[in-house]
Amino acid sequence: MNAILAQLLNGLDKGGAYALIALGLTLVFGTLGVVNFAHGALFMLGAFCAVAFRQLITLETVTLDPEKLSPWGAPLEIRTPLAQSWFGDFGGVLIEYSVPLSILLAIPVMAIIGIAMERGIIKHFYKRSHAEQILVTFGLAIVLQELVKAIFGANPISQPMPSVLRGAADVGMWLGMGPNVLTYPWWRLTYFLFATAIIGGVFAFLRFTTFGLVVRAGMADRETVGLLGINIARRFTIMFGLAAVVAGLAGVMYTPLVPPNYHLGMDFLVLSFVVVVVGGMGSLPGAVAAGFLLGILQSFASMTEIKSILPGIDQIIVYLTAVIVLLVRPRGLFGRRGVMES
Amino acid sequence: MTKSLKGIKRRTLVKSGLAGILATGVAPLVLTRGTYAQEYCNAPTGDTVTLGFNVPLTGPYADEGADEQRAFELAVEHLNGEGDGGMLPTYTPSVLTGQGVLGKKVAFVTGDTQTKADAARDSARRMIERDGVVMVSGGSSSGVAIAVQGLCQEMGVIFMAALTHSNDTTGKDKKRYGFRHFFNAYQTGVAIGPSLGKAYGNDRVAYHLTSDYTWGWTTEESMIASTEKLGWKTITPVRTPVGAGDFSQYITPVLNSGADVLILNHYGFDMVNSLTQAVQFGLKDKMVNGKQFEIVVPLVSDLMAKGAGPAMKGIYGTSNWDWQLEDAASQAFTKSFGAKYGQPPSQAAHTAYVQTLLYADACERAGTFYPPEVIKQLEGFEFDGLGNGPTLYRAADHQCFKDVLVVQGKETPSNPFDLLDHVDTASRESVTYDPAIFGGELGPDTAAMC
Repeated sequence: MNAILAQLLNGLDKGGAYALIALGLTLVFGTLGVVNFAHGALFMLGAFCAVAFRQLITLETVTLDPEKLSPWGAPLEIRTPLAQSWFGDFGGVLIEYSVPLSILLAIPVMAIIGIAMERGIIKHFYKRSHAEQILVTFGLAIVLQELVKAIFGANPISQPMPSVLRGAADVGMWLGMGPNVLTYPWWRLTYFLFATAIIGGVFAFLRFTTFGLVVRAGMADRETVGLLGINIARRFTIMFGLAAVVAGLAGVMYTPLVPPNYHLGMDFLVLSFVVVVVGGMGSLPGAVAAGFLLGILQSFASMTEIKSILPGIDQIIVYLTAVIVLLVRPRGLFGRRGVMES
Repeated sequence: MTKSLKGIKRRTLVKSGLAGILATGVAPLVLTRGTYAQEYCNAPTGDTVTLGFNVPLTGPYADEGADEQRAFELAVEHLNGEGDGGMLPTYTPSVLTGQGVLGKKVAFVTGDTQTKADAARDSARRMIERDGVVMVSGGSSSGVAIAVQGLCQEMGVIFMAALTHSNDTTGKDKKRYGFRHFFNAYQTGVAIGPSLGKAYGNDRVAYHLTSDYTWGWTTEESMIASTEKLGWKTITPVRTPVGAGDFSQYITPVLNSGADVLILNHYGFDMVNSLTQAVQFGLKDKMVNGKQFEIVVPLVSDLMAKGAGPAMKGIYGTSNWDWQLEDAASQAFTKSFGAKYGQPPSQAAHTAYVQTLLYADACERAGTFYPPEVIKQLEGFEFDGLGNGPTLYRAADHQCFKDVLVVQGKETPSNPFDLLDHVDTASRESVTYDPAIFGGELGPDTAAMC
C-alpha cells in the first residue's frame, strides 16, 4: 500500500510537468490552430531563465589568497558573490531562493519571446498545412536550442533548491501512518502544487474573465467573433504569449529536479505531443487529464513488481497507452469532432 | 659431376636458389621502415603524425570527455617537448625523447562522440579516412569504446581506450587492436567488497539501479558477486535508461523495498542526478531493518563528486587514480595539468594522458608506426611511473593490471577540489584474474589498408 501511494505521488509530480507543457501546447493549437513543435524549446528557455537569473546574482569578485596554495602552486581563489557584497544577508537570501525568484524574470521574458515568435514567424504559417507548421516550428526549436548551447554550453547546469525545501516530507505522518513510513521530497510536492495552481489559474482566466470568454468564443468560431468587430487575432497572440509563460514557468520550477541542458526541450517534446493526442487535440481538460494519467502510468510501470513481469514496460508505457486510447477513442479522451479532421 | 638438362651445375642452382630466397624473404625484414610505409592504414609520410581523440563533449558523460580532451592536448604538448614534460621524466622504462615520435611532430584531431555508439563510430571513421590518424583514443562510455574498438580492428588502426570500465571491453569484446589502461567492473567488485563489509557489516539487503548497457550490466554483475560473497542479499536489480535525467520513478520503489543499501550502477551526469535525487528522497537519513540506509556508487570520479556536491559525502566507490596520490608521477601530472587548466585532473584525464604516452613510447620502441609491431611492444609490457605503481599490459586480453583505489566522499573538504578520501588500496595481485573467465578472442593483428 505504501509503495502504491509513493508511486502515485511520483506520478502526480511527473504528471504535473507533462500537464503544464501539454496545456500550453493545446492553448496554441486550440486558438491559433498551429502545431507548435517549438513548445518544448519554450520549456527549455524557461529553465534557462532560472540559470541566467542565478548566474546574474552570483556574479563574483575573485581575490587570491596568497597563504593557501593549490597543489600546482597557484594561490587559491576566494570567490565572493557580488549580491552578498552589496546587499549582505539579503543578497544571501536572493541566492538561496534564486529558483523561485527567477519566476519574476521568466514571466516577462517568456511573454516577450512567445509574442515575438508568434508575430515574427508563426503568423506567416497560419494558412499553411500542418506539415509545414511542424517543419518551421521544429526548425525554430533547433535554432533556439543551438543558441542556448552556444551561450550556456552543452553541459547540464545544477540549480540548487532553497534549503528549507531540501529533504523529504513525512507524508505518512499526515495520513496517520506513523513516522518515516511514507516520505516524499519537499520540492517535488511543491512542484505538484505549483503545477496545480498554474493549471487552475489558466482555467479560471479562461472561464471567469471577459478576455477568456472572447478567447473561448474565438476557439469555437473565430470567424463569427471577428465579424462582431473583436480583434481576435490580437487576443490569440496574447494567448500564444500566455502559453509560452506557462511552458517557461514549468521549466523554471523543474530545474532543481533535473539540471537543465540545451536538449531538455527535445526530451519533453515527443512526450508532450503524446499527452495532447491522448487527451484529445484542442481539449484543455484533456491535456491536463492525460498529463497526469500518463505520469501516473509511467511511475507505476517503473515498479519492480511490474518490471519483473514485463521488462522494459517503463520505456514504452506512454506510447502503448497512446496506441490503446487511439484504438478505442480515435479522437483521444476528450477530443472534439472536427479537430484535425478533414 | 652431375649436370642438369640445360647444362647448369647443381651447385650453381643451389646458390641461385639461396640468393633468390634471401632476396625475396629476408630483405623485406631488413628494410622494414621504408616498406611498411606502403603497407598499413595511414602510414605517416610527412613530418607529422596525427592522433585522433574521440571524446564525448555532449551527452551524459560530457564532463569526463572535456577533461579527457584537456589531457590529450597536454600529452601532445609534452610529447612535442613543450611545457614541463608532466610524467615523461617519471615514466620507466621509456624511450620517449620529448621531440615528437620517431622524429615526427605529433598533431591531433578531435571529435564529439555525443556518448552514442553510432556517432562515435562515425566520428572515428572520419578521423581515420579524412584526417589520416594513425591511432584513435577516447571513450567515457563502454558502449562507445566497444563500438569504436570494433571499427579500429576492421580498419587496422590502434585504439587506446580511455575511460571504459565494462568487463566486456577487454573480455568478450576484446580486440587485438584495442588496449585498455583503465580498470574494470570486476576489479571494482573485488576491491570494494572488503571495505563495504567492514563499514556496513555482512547482513545487508542491496537494491541495484543499473544503467541499461554493457557497463551497467557488468558492474551490477560484479557488485552482486562481491556483496553476496560478504553475505548480502540482492533484490532483483532495476535497469534504467542512459540519460534518463529524472530517476524519481525508479527511486520511489526503493523506499518500501526492504533494502537497506542502494547501489547506483550509474556514471557521469546519470550518477549525479540519481544520487542527488536519492538523497532528496531522504534515503541517507532513513533507518531500515534497524540499520542506517546507505548508498554505494561503484565507480566514482572527482568530476561526479563535484557535480553531486554534499550528496556525495560518505559514499563509497572505487577509482582508477586520484590526483591526491603522493607518488612523484601523480604529483608531476597534477602540477602540469593544474598549471595549464586551473583545476586538478580527473581519473578520465589521467587515463587519457597515460594511454597517449604509452602508445607513443611503444612506437618509439618498435621503431615504426606499423600497427602489428606497435601491438607487440604493448603486449606484456611492464611499466611504472605513470601514477598507478608497477603496471602490466597483459598480452592475453590487453587489460592493464595495477592497484585499485577505494575512495569515499569527503565529509569536510578542505578546498573546492578536495572531494574524495582515499580509504583503501586493493593490490594488483588481488584484482588479477584469469582472462578466460570473460571469454572473447583478440583476433588477428593483420595490418589493413583503410
